[in-house]
Amino acid sequence: MFKILQKTVSTGIVTVNYPAEPAKISERFRGRPSFDFDKWKDARPAAEVCPTGAISLSDTGDSRKVIVDYGLCVFCGLCAEASSDQAVRITQEFELATSDRRNLVLTAEYTLNADHTHGGLRRVDRQLVNAETDVESLGQKARETIQKILGRSLAIREVDAGSCNGCELEIVALNNPVHDIERFGIQFVASPRHADMLLVTGPVTRNMELALLKTYRAMAEPKVVVAVGACGISGGIFGENYASLGSVDKVLPVDVYIPGCPPRPQALLHGILLAVGRLAERLHNDRAG
Amino acid sequence: MMTQAMSAMFEALRQKFDQKVQSVRADREDEIYLLLGDPDIRPITEYLRGEFGARLVTVFAEDRRATEGVFFNYYVLEQKGSAQYLIVRAPVRADSLEFPSLSAELPSVNWQEREIQDWFGLKAVGHPNPRRVALHDNWPDVYPLRKDFPIETVLPPFKGERHIYRPAFGEGVLQVPVGPVHAGIIEPGHFNFAVAGEPILYLQLRMFYTHKGTEKLFEKLPIHKAVFLAESISGDSSFSHGTAFCQAIERAASIEVPLRGLVVRTILLELERICNHVADIGAIATDVGFVIANAHASRLKETMVTLNEQLTGSRLLRGMVCVGGVRRGWDAAQLDALRTAVESFAREFQDLISLIDRSESTRDRLEQTGVLRPDKARDLGIVGVGGRASGVDLDVRRDHPYAAYSRYSFRVPVYQAGDVWHRMQVRVDEVNESIGILRKAMADGLQREFRVPVPAIPSDRCALSAVEGWRGEIIHWIRTGPDNRLQRCKIKDPSLNNWPAVVEAVQGNIIADFPVINKSFNLSYSGTDR
Ligand code: SF4
Repeated sequence: MFKILQKTVSTGIVTVNYPAEPAKISERFRGRPSFDFDKWKDARPAAEVCPTGAISLSDTGDSRKVIVDYGLCVFCGLCAEASSDQAVRITQEFELATSDRRNLVLTAEYTLNADHTHGGLRRVDRQLVNAETDVESLGQKARETIQKILGRSLAIREVDAGSCNGCELEIVALNNPVHDIERFGIQFVASPRHADMLLVTGPVTRNMELALLKTYRAMAEPKVVVAVGACGISGGIFGENYASLGSVDKVLPVDVYIPGCPPRPQALLHGILLAVGRLAERLHNDRAG
Repeated sequence: MMTQAMSAMFEALRQKFDQKVQSVRADREDEIYLLLGDPDIRPITEYLRGEFGARLVTVFAEDRRATEGVFFNYYVLEQKGSAQYLIVRAPVRADSLEFPSLSAELPSVNWQEREIQDWFGLKAVGHPNPRRVALHDNWPDVYPLRKDFPIETVLPPFKGERHIYRPAFGEGVLQVPVGPVHAGIIEPGHFNFAVAGEPILYLQLRMFYTHKGTEKLFEKLPIHKAVFLAESISGDSSFSHGTAFCQAIERAASIEVPLRGLVVRTILLELERICNHVADIGAIATDVGFVIANAHASRLKETMVTLNEQLTGSRLLRGMVCVGGVRRGWDAAQLDALRTAVESFAREFQDLISLIDRSESTRDRLEQTGVLRPDKARDLGIVGVGGRASGVDLDVRRDHPYAAYSRYSFRVPVYQAGDVWHRMQVRVDEVNESIGILRKAMADGLQREFRVPVPAIPSDRCALSAVEGWRGEIIHWIRTGPDNRLQRCKIKDPSLNNWPAVVEAVQGNIIADFPVINKSFNLSYSGTDR
């Protein structure tokens, strides 16, 4: 017993204070690739190497439409390596969660030169990722919501609907002493009947479709659904095939999408806290209506 | 070219099975193909197992109707003391579609033969339990790994029962179904327990809930993209599977990875082992109520995962391995971080282990719990951690050296007791060995070159690649195709072999101990289901 105490005392407090303070992450971490559309002279090399088709092109006549979908991105960094014009850069941004799937998509239209490089930028549609909230206050707001409205705790039911288990590793890490999600009063629970939030990973496989639906139906209203990772958002590298239905929103209404492959624990936390906000709105509306 | 042991074996084979063996081909020094004229491999496996103690590593199929008019089954064998793999290739005729089953004598291939039935529409004649395994019972009759089945096929909504479990009879015998969605944050699978009071009489499993067409998808993606698919076979083994895949391509195309690349791979493979082993040690402790140990273990894991990110940009070591080596070298700051982290981990890990060792109650709960006897482990073909705790002395790093493993000496821990405690003990020993390997590797191969440019990959080359992931033996087998693509990619995660071990180990234990027994194997559902 003494030994245990000694070990515990000597370790001290290891829990981080994200999101009240910014996350301390390695400068090597590969987060969101950012695109300087004005500077981008050729999107073909990036689209060619992108493993999931997160960067896609369609050329018609002398114009090119480039679509970047962070919902498909696995943050491999190949696009930046392949683009010689420095227009693609890997950043450390990871707070990409959003309640609107369209926020994850950028589109740009170029006129083309004879050699199929970009002539001029015609139009760019840049819905800003994560424009919706200031991150630092998210935790405080969620804490208040959880204490005042939900009666002190928020219950999450996690369902792996076909993932590779990478997302599960990071979700489990939310419970470790460093990320300690319980400091917000958030708990993972076994029964869907007690859950306020459904956290879903994986491309939804044909074999998990029914179990996922049943879990969702067993939850009481109001409830929110969070789709985790490239696979949950879009099917990811697996996409749609004979055994995979692809994205979670093919099967369930999704409230928050958390990009990543897998999303790091702070990214998960950010998305979960956003989803608490959605739940609060829903509770409020239910009471008002 | 061949080791002595192997050439004696070939000579014997040639003499004894003159009629059956069409040709012998050495694709590489350690990869020998034996081509048969008919599908009946039984006398050969029987002979090799009996006379030479050979072990059947895996069996899989390939649809070659378009080019050779038949399907082929491949039987991969290895022999103790030889680094070579012997791959017996046996034709399965497109009109009969039948091949003789080995499962009655070799329960280790039970699921793998049924997978061939489900995915290729071939029939394992004489299989003791030929029911579907890899596609659930409610699937229509489709054979997704045949070449004439397009991966994009959209199947109509499924009808009917998913799976009929054997009923349990007897007074007071109850069936307890659990899953596919479980209480914790774990992958999905269905467990059907037959219990008499507390003790479990037997356990029936239903896996493949996360089957997502992975092997088929490998036939569609260009090779440089397929590396990322390999990293997603089982997330906790991203680097091992990624490496197994790249190694297969390198073998097929005769690409030589520079020493620095091999050393970096070795370091990252060992870091992956450490991260998962320490997490499992903590999780096993939690399951018997020792949560403080888990708090320390999960914090230790977090520090190593943070190191992963510093070294590769990804906490799961993704996006680092590539065909030809590794994508990036390390600067002085990174090497420094690596050294510091490994040394402080080494200290803290000893603290953690002495904490657990002092807890009599933990040891009490784990000893004699979930016993897998060595003879059973051998019969069932159990590999990896679960095998080594039950006397199965296999380790690809030592038996078929790859990456830079032949440069470092290390010990392979083997125990006979086969209980949860010893599966944990294997992990403890292996972490200590990993630290030793890391110390040597950190001082080795400091050349600059970590990657070679990759030439066009020649078509129609086959290659087998093996890696000892932290869980056990990973096998990838490929046939290259035109346009930088593959014609076939077989993936065998150690989980596929090891589920029968869980079934065996829980018998006679109480249901309350199932979680810790299951955790002590910690198999990958995604790796199984693909
Ligand atoms: S970082 Fe994202 S967008 Fe860039 S190549 Fe990788 S998956 Fe594609």
